Amino acid sequence: MGLVNPATENQADETTTVSAVSPNFVTTKLDFLTNWARSNSLWPMPFGTACCAIEFMATAASRFDLARFGMERMSFSPRQADVLICAGRLPFKLAPVIRRIWDQMPQPKWSISMGACASTGGIFDNYSMVQGIDTIIPVDVYVPGCPPRPEGLMYGILLLQKKIKGETITDDALREETLVGPSGLFLPPERVDELSEPFGNSVQQTRSS
Amino acid sequence: MQSQPVSPSIAALRSEFGAAIERHFVSSGQSVAYIARDHSHDVLAWLKDTPGQEYNYLTDVTAVDYRDPERPLEVVYQLRSLGRKDDLRLKVALDKRAPLEVRSVYDLWRGADWLEREVYDMFGITFVGHPDLRRILMWETYAEGYPLRKDFPLRGQFSRAEQTRQALAANPEAHYSLEELSIAEAYGELPKDVQERLARGERGFLK
Amino acid sequence: MTLRTVEMALATPGVDAAGHPTRVPLGVSDGNGEYREDLGAEHMLVNIGPQHPATHGVLRLVLELEGETVRRCIPHIGYLHSGFEKLGEYRQYNQIVPLTDRTDYLSPMANNVCLTQAVEKLMGLELTERCKVLRVIACEMSRIISHLVWLGTTGIDLGAFTPFLWSFQERERIYNLQEAWTGARLTTSLTRVGGLMADIPEGWEAGLREFTATFPKTLTEVDTMFTRNAIWIGRTQGVGALTAEEAINLSLSGPMLRASGVDYDVRKDRPYLDYETYDFDVPIGEHGDIYDRYRVRLEEMWQSNRILEQALDRLSRLKGAPINVSDPRVVLPPKSRAMGDMEAMIFHFKQVMEGVKPPVGEVYMGMENPKGELGYYIVSDGTAKPVRWRIRPPSFINLSSLPTMCEGALLSDVIAINASIDIVMGEVDR
Repeated sequence: MGLVNPATENQADETTTVSAVSPNFVTTKLDFLTNWARSNSLWPMPFGTACCAIEFMATAASRFDLARFGMERMSFSPRQADVLICAGRLPFKLAPVIRRIWDQMPQPKWSISMGACASTGGIFDNYSMVQGIDTIIPVDVYVPGCPPRPEGLMYGILLLQKKIKGETITDDALREETLVGPSGLFLPPERVDELSEPFGNSVQQTRSS
Repeated sequence: MQSQPVSPSIAALRSEFGAAIERHFVSSGQSVAYIARDHSHDVLAWLKDTPGQEYNYLTDVTAVDYRDPERPLEVVYQLRSLGRKDDLRLKVALDKRAPLEVRSVYDLWRGADWLEREVYDMFGITFVGHPDLRRILMWETYAEGYPLRKDFPLRGQFSRAEQTRQALAANPEAHYSLEELSIAEAYGELPKDVQERLARGERGFLK
Repeated sequence: MTLRTVEMALATPGVDAAGHPTRVPLGVSDGNGEYREDLGAEHMLVNIGPQHPATHGVLRLVLELEGETVRRCIPHIGYLHSGFEKLGEYRQYNQIVPLTDRTDYLSPMANNVCLTQAVEKLMGLELTERCKVLRVIACEMSRIISHLVWLGTTGIDLGAFTPFLWSFQERERIYNLQEAWTGARLTTSLTRVGGLMADIPEGWEAGLREFTATFPKTLTEVDTMFTRNAIWIGRTQGVGALTAEEAINLSLSGPMLRASGVDYDVRKDRPYLDYETYDFDVPIGEHGDIYDRYRVRLEEMWQSNRILEQALDRLSRLKGAPINVSDPRVVLPPKSRAMGDMEAMIFHFKQVMEGVKPPVGEVYMGMENPKGELGYYIVSDGTAKPVRWRIRPPSFINLSSLPTMCEGALLSDVIAINASIDIVMGEVDR
């Protein structure tokens, strides 16, 4: 997860960091252990808003059972969470809340956008809905569906685990916080507009009669 | 379509209020009466308290904006008499060129509290006498307008980036900071010009 | 001067809606309209939500606390406002059915049924017998799954985790049936104007029969767990009580209203889908506290099971009957005919391109949803898209009684009371 605000990309770093050490036998072994530990004990921060939250709850319940992945400990405090699962649609009124929750989560953190509404705005292409949480926070895995089946969500979690296992502690950019620019957005405004452009059926469905 | 039976309450309303009941019709077997704006509260209070009417349950308060821009906005009250198992719908037509105001029925049915707030939020109709009329579904400093009006486009008035920026700037947590609390407590003692500046939203200039 | 909420005063400090200055009564009143600081009774503002495990969705409560006691509770909603009513104005009636899934997403089939009932009432359509029975089955299944979520989450809020797993296990069985019927577990989009999207498949009735035969066992387990449990009774009896007059005045509906002793169930008072021909009871509470609401909802699940069994009996007598109205302006002709018969093709084309067009008029259709009285108020101007689609949301109105119930309660009671209202924020905010 290394989306960086272009405005701050070129800050020079004087101190010695892990990235000053080039990858070697020790770091790869450490990587293996760290990533194995992280991916198998992801504590989710269930940012459940709507219908996807119910499917998330069903995934956590006994039939599909998230405990197999080490994720049964739902951390409702962002300070103790690893992965933010945005399950459900995100209206504009909730946007500062998810931004604040994301900022409160300490590194290492990942995010899963569960469902069509969290990924792109879904069927709600209107005045009140954020057209995809990736306009507000960086997203690692998008799980499509309306709502995604529990199996779909679990596949998304497995993809995230795979992504985590491919990470390395020598790459600082992975763990950099995404900063918010002076406009209050972490993407440039043109990008936000471009991501939110209607396409497909959405273009035709703005006629009232 | 055969003529559908009219609710007897309509006749009772006409005999009691005369011209304040402008017209009525029946649709899908349900009776609807239009009442004049200035008498809306009296009519609704009469319907609630009169024995024989006893519409003690306010099912819904909402509003309708028609596609024809010349048609007035209508505030719709859906009433029910639980004892007599009867329903009635009343409408108040509000001309769009005049200020959109109607008397609140909060004192009659407490259920009107949030229902009227929502109509205010979505249509911009002010309910005079409501104790706490502020936006309920959109955030309080929402600047785009009144969403359910027909002149409000589906995707909103501003660009997506602007909407996102305004939403992120809304910051409702600030309303409960110590600064706000102390301002609110001291407000009465502050000089007039300072009060005006605070009411406009300025902060950070007080010692 | 009316007592404004803390929130109002802070939003525009010291100025009310008419521009007149006010003061925030945060201290203790001395009886003369003045408020003084009392060192022993300083109030604290606590914020719960919008992201919180126990708020049943994105609800924000601001509590003015005096010690552990709540003096004022100000709920903030709108965190899930999705513009449903606006979207509905841009959709044909059959296209609104998928939208209805997502308002009250705990009982999607019931909302689907309510919408098409409203349009059919507006058009004066008479449904087929089999369609009505299937819709009753859909509504009662929805009642069961909604009450099961309520049960599980209320248990968690009050500290009992296991019934959550039991209730979700039962829900999975209903989800299997929903998925076999409509293809989707949650977003079912079951109904169309004039009928249903599809008839039930082979073996579905046997599946539902098995459910109705074994579901009472879970209900008995829950009953054993909670009903005479000292902790449960201690936390729920006498908490959040509302009298019948208050409940009526606050426009409550559903189990909230019935627990306070008001005998109002839309299925009995304004029957639809031939509910008057089914044999079922409506549980009425007495004290209007959380315990009565729990008993009412538990009993409603028993009664829903009873209705399901009766509906299944009727269904077995209606094998092979049509589920759709035979009106070509409303229901698509069978595909085989649409390809060969000119008239059928034209009807198919007109319906898909233009949609179902009810006459000019309006209708309010109220239905007994699990949360309360769900009402759809549709204003039609003769075109395929409604002028106004209003959702009369039971959870929204029930939630507005929260400040009344929380005054004087303890902080932990607020969580219990909030749970007992049985809200779903998708419906509160729409």
